[in-house]
Amino acid sequence: MELRRKLEILADAAKYDASCASSGTDKRDSRKGGLGSTEGMGICHAYTPDGRCVSLLKVLLTNACVFDCAYCINRAGSNVQRARFTVRELVDLTLHFYRRNYIEGLFLSSGIIRSPDYTMEQITEVARQLREVHGFRGYIHLKTIPDAAPDLLAKAGLYADRLSINIELPMAESLRALAPEKDAPGIRRAMGRMRLRIDEAKEAKRTEGRAAAPRFAPAGQSTQMIVGADAADDRTVLGTTANLYASYGLRRVYYSAYSPIPDASALLPPAAPPLVREHRLYQADWLLRFYGFELDEIMAGGEGGHLDLGIDPKLAWALKHRERFPVDVNRAPREMLLRVPGLGAKTVDRLLSARRHRSIRSDDLGRLRLPLAKLLPFLVTADHRPRGGLLDRADLRRIVAPRTGFAAQARPVQLALL
Amino acid sequence: MSDGVGILLPGQADFAAWRQQARRLLAAGVPPERVEWRVLGDPPGLFGGAPMPAEAAPVTASVPRAFLEQVEVAIRHRDPERFALLYRILWRIVRGEHGLMQVATDADFIRVQAMAKAVRRDAHKLHAFLRFRGIETEQGERYVAWFEPDHHILEAEAGFFVRRFAALRWSILTPEASAHWDGETLRMGAGGTRAEAPPEDAHEELWRAYYRSIFNPARMKPDAMRAEMPVKYWKNLPEARDIRGLMAEAPQRVAEMVARGATPAASRRQRSLQPQAAPEVALPMPADLFSRTEDPAAALAALRAELERRNDLPPWTAAATQLVFGEGPPGAPLLFVGEQPGDEEDLAGRPFVGPAGRLFNRAAEEAGIDRPAAYVTNAVKHFKFKPTGRRRLHQSPDAGDITYYRPFLKREIELVGPQLVVSLGATALRALTGKPLAITKVRGELIETPDGLRVFPTVHPSYLLRLPDPESKAREYERFVTDLRAAKREVA
Repeated sequence: MELRRKLEILADAAKYDASCASSGTDKRDSRKGGLGSTEGMGICHAYTPDGRCVSLLKVLLTNACVFDCAYCINRAGSNVQRARFTVRELVDLTLHFYRRNYIEGLFLSSGIIRSPDYTMEQITEVARQLREVHGFRGYIHLKTIPDAAPDLLAKAGLYADRLSINIELPMAESLRALAPEKDAPGIRRAMGRMRLRIDEAKEAKRTEGRAAAPRFAPAGQSTQMIVGADAADDRTVLGTTANLYASYGLRRVYYSAYSPIPDASALLPPAAPPLVREHRLYQADWLLRFYGFELDEIMAGGEGGHLDLGIDPKLAWALKHRERFPVDVNRAPREMLLRVPGLGAKTVDRLLSARRHRSIRSDDLGRLRLPLAKLLPFLVTADHRPRGGLLDRADLRRIVAPRTGFAAQARPVQLALL
Repeated sequence: MSDGVGILLPGQADFAAWRQQARRLLAAGVPPERVEWRVLGDPPGLFGGAPMPAEAAPVTASVPRAFLEQVEVAIRHRDPERFALLYRILWRIVRGEHGLMQVATDADFIRVQAMAKAVRRDAHKLHAFLRFRGIETEQGERYVAWFEPDHHILEAEAGFFVRRFAALRWSILTPEASAHWDGETLRMGAGGTRAEAPPEDAHEELWRAYYRSIFNPARMKPDAMRAEMPVKYWKNLPEARDIRGLMAEAPQRVAEMVARGATPAASRRQRSLQPQAAPEVALPMPADLFSRTEDPAAALAALRAELERRNDLPPWTAAATQLVFGEGPPGAPLLFVGEQPGDEEDLAGRPFVGPAGRLFNRAAEEAGIDRPAAYVTNAVKHFKFKPTGRRRLHQSPDAGDITYYRPFLKREIELVGPQLVVSLGATALRALTGKPLAITKVRGELIETPDGLRVFPTVHPSYLLRLPDPESKAREYERFVTDLRAAKREVA
């Protein structure tokens, strides 16, 4: 098969994985040899019309697979055309793309062929050749196969910046129903092993210095969860998320709205991807990690185990906890400012720093280009206090909800689908 | 206007020259509104280059580092007002407003912040959207790129490409300046034109094929794309030629997928070449699970397998990574029972490997106990916790949890057949005796249970870890070692 056709098939097969991060690894460059650099910040070299960033060459080694996961375009029973890169082809493609500044590196995954160990060996061999034969210093993200032997995992961690295993679905029951060959406890055990190794390498680096440290995935591990393919509600999704962050030190949990695939399984007929839901889950994920919200608090903003799709989860929480407002921007502690709809973590820190020097007025907030209509009903400034009764009004939601933005934008596409 | 001062800078982004001049202006006490800044090549200004007052030797003013860092970046902005703005801020800082760089709401601060941000964004886009095209030369392959930055950033950012592509030979051409790397040294040159860069590259076809294939037509969000990759960059991006086509075809592609619906499974399914080992087949519950004794190791393995596949486990166990069963040789004279696995035990799938386990090992060794010859296990065999951010908060097992695991613990002990069971902490003691006894009252006293087990109670090592002051920590550690010694004597 022609290389271009292979690339088309194997990129198409990889695009349902949302991760594209190329950040957070150790700093290195090629002034003393080799090719490439990583400087901490990830770089998105292009964006596709689906709004996603193209940072890495994200492909599968092969889309042949002995697993029959209903949600996956590459499942054993799919009629999709199969292809397989040789190790050499992938190494060359990565280097050619990198030299032209198209990419930050490689994100390699694969269908399961022959055995988990064989598949993992092939994936790792691409990374090994890039690093050892070509001195490649760019970013490498490898998908790890949960059942592969521990020494193969150690080797993958030696060459990769990031490793990931997809949890796939928010509930173990759904995984049993839709991906019968996958083993949810096995996936969790593999994540646990990876966390131990990542921590060990970090600790060794801290105590013994750089040279002595066994390198193991310095950019940590991440995972992905498909939403909308099973019956899990948002509480279940976010509960699984909270557990994953706490248990395995994940850098990120990616949510991927289940999206129609060209060759759908009878178990999962094509449907519009729940993009707004995906977006709200990301917002809630941020509230959990950076804004001091508990899962129960976030869920209190929604109804029946689901987030409110119409407004962001912080605003939804605030509308149901009006007794906590208004908050005085010149006096409130950081934790409370973080809970004001329309104030991001960075803005909060700027305001905290500024208010030590002068008191903050409403037009100061305007100069910072903050969304005043959303903000001012919840905030007291040096020259503003929300009109009496405003916070008690039944139509407050209409006043503060954004009229444009993501929810409005995503809707027409969804309708066009149905 | 006769008292105005005209300053001429040699380059558009010459931080060192600006700094030098600003110091002299400060020394001469020239207020910002009386300075006119120009760059070499600009038309003559109002003050016609009136010289600096003679006494103005540079002074070193102490300013916050954050300010200088902002200046170094903001000075690359294309706004001709930037030199004056930066000097005005400097003037205000030196004349008493030391905290100015923390006042996020100050108009001058907001402006310089915005400038620095625009420059950083421009630099980031240069790193991201620059595309090299290869050409064959007598010395081998050489890479040339054409880029149109918004600000005066090329010289400052050339280092990024040196670090990344040190082994290649390359040139970056922009309308204002060019940068050339020959593998050893960087040379800045005059501006160029797009026509001087190669018109194509053989790999662009593959790159565009990748770009088209990685796009998912069912997730159209063109505004998000345009926000991050503004249209002004498209003309120099080879893949951008495909954007309109992809967007136009997307609705049709999605409609076709939906119309096609589910397709029947392929007749030629993908098959494993070497058939995989079947995923662990659950063992049928052996009738003699709780009675067999002839082979303790096999019986322990069966017990473990049974606990692993139970479907009536307490619901919280679903959050744990795995079952953590006991470890050690059957026939061990000493058997230690802890409370439940902790964070590290849960990840590793082995008991007593976390901080409390390591402390226990140290104490056991000090007490002269042959640690590998002992058996260690827990009363509760899954980690019970509450997720809090990036940590798991240990939750004590309740009476129901202890009761659930009790028959398994009893059976485990029976199969190991120790001479003495040492219970570590209250949970273990309760699991063994069935009664909530206070450790403080029974510590170190041998207890005989109704089913004839000899139990030696002591504290859990995690209690030692929780003690706040080093003094009581050392004292309690000694007591713990003494207890372990006493336990050892019981089996000697």
